[in-house]
Amino acid sequence: MQNFAEELRHAMVLILSGDRDLWEIVLLSLRVSVFAVLIAALLGMPLGAALAVGRFPGRRGVIILVNALMGLPPVVVGLLVYLCLSRSGPLGVLQLLYTPSAMIIAQVVLVTPIITALTRQTVETLNAEYAEQLRSLGVSRLASVPTLLWDGRLALLTALLAGFGRAIAEVGAVIMVGGNINHVTRVMTTTIALETSKGNLALALALGVILIALAVSMTACVSLLIQRSDVEGLHHA
Amino acid sequence: MRDFAEQRHPEIEVSGLRIKRDGKRLLDIDRLVLNGPGPLMILGPNGAGKSLLLRCLHGLIQPDGGVVRQDGQEMGLADRLQQAMVFQRPVLLRRSVAGNLNFVLRRQGFDRHLRGARVAELLAEGGLEGKARQPARSLSGGEAQRLAILRALATDPEVLFLDEPTSALDPQATQAIEALIAAAARRGVRIIMVTHDIGQARRLGQDILLMQGGRVAEQAEATAFFTKPESQAARRFLSGGLVI
Repeated sequence: MQNFAEELRHAMVLILSGDRDLWEIVLLSLRVSVFAVLIAALLGMPLGAALAVGRFPGRRGVIILVNALMGLPPVVVGLLVYLCLSRSGPLGVLQLLYTPSAMIIAQVVLVTPIITALTRQTVETLNAEYAEQLRSLGVSRLASVPTLLWDGRLALLTALLAGFGRAIAEVGAVIMVGGNINHVTRVMTTTIALETSKGNLALALALGVILIALAVSMTACVSLLIQRSDVEGLHHA
Repeated sequence: MRDFAEQRHPEIEVSGLRIKRDGKRLLDIDRLVLNGPGPLMILGPNGAGKSLLLRCLHGLIQPDGGVVRQDGQEMGLADRLQQAMVFQRPVLLRRSVAGNLNFVLRRQGFDRHLRGARVAELLAEGGLEGKARQPARSLSGGEAQRLAILRALATDPEVLFLDEPTSALDPQATQAIEALIAAAARRGVRIIMVTHDIGQARRLGQDILLMQGGRVAEQAEATAFFTKPESQAARRFLSGGLVI
């Protein structure tokens, strides 16, 4: 117990002293995950909205597939992205393996189904309420998508948060395609795994504290925003 | 905005309109012509097909059979864009009061500085001055319905369909909404409204359509309907009897 307290004290010193290595890892983690979530949002939100309002053969099958992909095993995603980006793979010519870009691609593959599925659910619920009114105002099914996305913005923030949570906490896929190379592709989760196995608990704990603080503060911000909007009547009626 | 002098009264004609669900005939109208210039009130018990008829006329529901014509031509998208509808439960967008009106005005092609003036004009008309920046979904029931009507009127419709816009509202809120509807009718907007309230039909209606079991039980000019109803269903309805 005394050992743990000592390691925790060292961890706090690392955080508060602005340790360069530690903060480099934190910033790279944030950069990779934020980019991944932004790209996943650009892909997943229109796709989710299209699934919600569109009517086409096989729609139900696509919805089931997207929902199933939410539970994609990260190591399988890591393996597939690795195969695509490896020298002999279809995208090998881009030479992205063991770069932050490869980690972003892996996270995009993991996060896009989450954002797509949650967007589909949000927009479908909203569309059930809005559809007749929007048609009556001369807004076609397709043209209603931006309106539905905008009016569902608070629920969609939660979808983004879920995606970010999945991305920032990811280990398996990013370690396979990023390689956990010091000062290049080392992120919080892969460092925690590595440093724990080496017995360097202070750095692992410091990163763990930052990871939890990030998750809690982001969730708190979104919750406050939603709460405030509830008071103002902007959220669900 | 249209004014009374230049009002147009499109003749709406329905023929062979049929809607069937689970073997039950919900709407069955051989022929119906709606050509009176004044407000038309559609009365009838629950399940009579009033709201369904309104949705068919506005093109929100495709009937199983039959056709809706306007001025002799099958009603198309262009005609429907000249119509607006207000629902029993107002569906307001999750934005401010002004944002709800701007949404429509932007689509109408109003440019930015003209929009502000038009929003102010509409809010004044509906007695919602000072509420422009308030979130629309925080309005009271009566205010929300007034905003829904103002938003529909912002599309400058030839025909305005209203589906029980005052159900569950108190007399004061009902009065404000009736005033808005009457003013729109005076400006030449064709009002076609479903109501359960006989008093309201008397106050606002120039023509009455009584429906029962998906069919038209009686169609008449309002004074004639209330003083000399022809059908047994109408007599029972007006005497407070149960019309099922």
